[in-house]
Amino acid sequence: MRYAMAIDTKKCVGCGDCVVACQTENNVPHGYCRDWIVERVDGTYPSLSLEFRSERCNHCDNSPCVRCCPTGASHIEEGGIVTVTHHKCIGCGACIQSCPYDARYSHPDGYVDKCTFCLHRVQKGQKTACVDVCPTKCLHFGDLDDPNSDVSLAIKDRSWKVLAPEAGTKPQLYFLT
Amino acid sequence: MKTRRDFIKISTAGAGAAAISFKALGSKGFGLFESKTEGPVSDEDLTPYPTYCEVCFWKCAAWAYVDKNGTIRKVVGNKNDPHCNGRLCPRGTGGVGMVYDEDRLKTPLIRDTRKDGTQYFREATWDEALNKVADKMKEVKEKYGPEAFGLFNHGTPGGHFHHLLRAYGSESNAEPAFANCRGPRSSAYFSTFGAYVGSPECTDIRDTKCLVLIGSHLGENMHNSQVQEMSDAIDNGATIITVDPRFSTAAAHSNHWLPIKPSTDIALLMAWIHVLIYEGLYDKDYVEQYTFGLDYLKDHVKNMTPEWAYGITTIEPEEIRRTARAMADAAPAVIIHPGRHVVWYGDDTQRGRAMAILTALLGSWGKRGGLYFPEGVSVPAYPHPHFPEPKWTWKDWNEDRYPLATMGITTEALKASIPRYNYKHQLKAWLVAGTNLPLSMPDKPLFKEAADSVEFIAVMDTMPMDITGYADVVFPEATYLERYDVIRSAANREPNIALRMPAIEPKYDSKPGWWIAKQIGERLGLHDYFNYDDYSEVIDWQLKQLGTSLEEMKKIGVKKYPRKTGPLYMGDGEDYNFNTTTGKIELYSVDFADHGFDPIPNYTKHPEPPQNFYRLIYGRAPMHTFSRTSNNPNLSDLMSENSVWVNPKVADLWGLKNGQEVWLKNQDDAITSFPIKVRITERIRWDSVYMVHGFGHKNKKLSRAFGKGAADTEMITNVAVDPIMGGTGMRGNFITFLTEDPALEEKEVKA
Repeated sequence: MRYAMAIDTKKCVGCGDCVVACQTENNVPHGYCRDWIVERVDGTYPSLSLEFRSERCNHCDNSPCVRCCPTGASHIEEGGIVTVTHHKCIGCGACIQSCPYDARYSHPDGYVDKCTFCLHRVQKGQKTACVDVCPTKCLHFGDLDDPNSDVSLAIKDRSWKVLAPEAGTKPQLYFLT
Repeated sequence: MKTRRDFIKISTAGAGAAAISFKALGSKGFGLFESKTEGPVSDEDLTPYPTYCEVCFWKCAAWAYVDKNGTIRKVVGNKNDPHCNGRLCPRGTGGVGMVYDEDRLKTPLIRDTRKDGTQYFREATWDEALNKVADKMKEVKEKYGPEAFGLFNHGTPGGHFHHLLRAYGSESNAEPAFANCRGPRSSAYFSTFGAYVGSPECTDIRDTKCLVLIGSHLGENMHNSQVQEMSDAIDNGATIITVDPRFSTAAAHSNHWLPIKPSTDIALLMAWIHVLIYEGLYDKDYVEQYTFGLDYLKDHVKNMTPEWAYGITTIEPEEIRRTARAMADAAPAVIIHPGRHVVWYGDDTQRGRAMAILTALLGSWGKRGGLYFPEGVSVPAYPHPHFPEPKWTWKDWNEDRYPLATMGITTEALKASIPRYNYKHQLKAWLVAGTNLPLSMPDKPLFKEAADSVEFIAVMDTMPMDITGYADVVFPEATYLERYDVIRSAANREPNIALRMPAIEPKYDSKPGWWIAKQIGERLGLHDYFNYDDYSEVIDWQLKQLGTSLEEMKKIGVKKYPRKTGPLYMGDGEDYNFNTTTGKIELYSVDFADHGFDPIPNYTKHPEPPQNFYRLIYGRAPMHTFSRTSNNPNLSDLMSENSVWVNPKVADLWGLKNGQEVWLKNQDDAITSFPIKVRITERIRWDSVYMVHGFGHKNKKLSRAFGKGAADTEMITNVAVDPIMGGTGMRGNFITFLTEDPALEEKEVKA
């Protein structure tokens, strides 16, 4: 099993609904976020292109954050989901430094926090909160090992890219282009 | 200069009381995230309550999930609701922030005067505040007649006060949603098709092959089901054509982006009409059978060629032809989106007419993938005596003005409140419910003069919006998640209704709008119009007439009904009578001709920015609704202030840096109260700047929104009034940059 997410940049409008839905679902404090929107503009008026990306932890196959964690708080759950056991975390921040995607933050309670791919929902067969709320249905989640999962079908006939492939982390967010 | 109605900033005045209640709350804890270490809660451990959203006018049905401590944890869309299909937009998802915003209005407030003459708000009991408003209503009725008591409203809270004022004898109401927003569209489509496009608009985006957006920035305005369907249309391979001087989100997702010179849209529309007619691309059978005035139109647009339009719009003639042909290829599954906020240049009804005419030529009104025939559920009125007949209404403030207005015009209501305008009928007092007039209305001096002129203002809101500073009495309203409200019934593909019930008890000393209206009604001896103890009785009675009950609706939230008015679309060649003077779709408007207006639209040249000035274009951001969400803790997290978009070429000329704070000054020397950050971006033309509407709040009690960004409406002092229906065209304002604090400059001059 290999959980992954595909983000359709041809449909995303950058509304930030995924960010609020994550905040309310996961009790993320105001002023912090586990997912975020990147807007990229290329060209000169009027020859322009614009890409919105809903970004979050890439739940990398080769995850530097897990490797560098001195206490084992950062670990990999079933399906490749990278999470932090809060009570084991000492808040040293090594994982924050090691992440090429800036996907982790220091929670005001002292531990490091990040996207969990909504593990508590996924374990019950639900989708992540961000996927379920997205008005443009531009987010696709599922098991890459299942050829009929939403994410497998989404990337099947489309071109896609991953972010910072040069970091060698084998990221599991696929941006459809 | 002092006026009777000194603007009271709720935080600074009545200081002690406000500060104490804030501290008291702090100690009890008020936040959604009070238990910080608590993780996510399973849906099974939460209780869902049905509601429909009040963060914007789309009114998506949803479930509010409440935990065991009585805290609303999240709000999630109702899957059976055609407004949202189970997916709320960011504002709906963040609606929970409206409840837990610690800056909420908490008690009734009454304006008072200290010994030194300064005015302040003191906390009052409900009894005192309600008595004060009821007494004033009695006084106005005796002195001037009930008609002199006016109502400004928006959204569902306004409905309860509309009922109150009708019972009292007044129909002097106006809402910014008409003359300051979508009014020209209503008049344009009604005069063409004898029907309105409604809300949600009856655009069949789901099944369209071509979607044309003219200044409509879907995706930035999160009109939920439309944004969802636009996404479906992208999947379906529909052609999207966007006309916008700004590289909007929709433009970025379009096959054709026409970066038009602002204010020239009618020229483009007429050239498209020219191409359809002179290349023989229009739907001949449809036009022959259903429309009136093709010959007039054909003659009228004879010289309005793409080459003619090129010189006006800067859009290449071939691109005009290409896009017209793309529309014809897709017809009748093509949508000329009627837009929503359409008050731009004062000839907006005519622009709407051009869009409606284009729709008719493509044969897409009443067709799959075009515009469908919506149908709503008629909710029976809870029994009450007939309303008294007012001697005059909003139609009569001033004679012979704006003959085709279908609702009260807000700017006319303001003028009717100012004696020097000498209107035939004058307003002496206002109720304001759910609309923040100082930030939603253009021409601030006019608003201020009107507010100073009337004898009394009562305001109901959930937040200390700027409008509360002008009030004599402020009512703290319970948020939509804490109250019963009117049954939602909006026309759609399938007729449907939605229930709003409280998920939690009202926080603080806030009360539902229905309760406030009823309490005033009782004090005016109007009990028969409010013949219930709780509004749930009204809803239950109405639901039973509709074959359901409160009990059932509490479980399902949304109920759909079969259509009674026939199919969603017209059959080919089907007989159809349009509700217009000729019974046909009027390419040539008989009504307009009768009233002395152009029966077929003409392009009019509008003023250009002077040297060193730039046209101010404003719009929406997907996570905010006007000024009402700027202080929402969840939504201000996403966007806490607006910025002014400046083209890099312009930024170079001025030496502006990204993120630099500037003040804006307009052609009439109006200067923004607060600085605004510069965003240098290629997404805006060099002759224009852009900013998101709804920021620059002046009330300090809005702890997150105060002084954040600038208000576009402060820069809108030039209003081009639409002679047909009174719309307030607001895009004819030009701004320049002040890189130094204008307040400092003033001091230096004095020194």
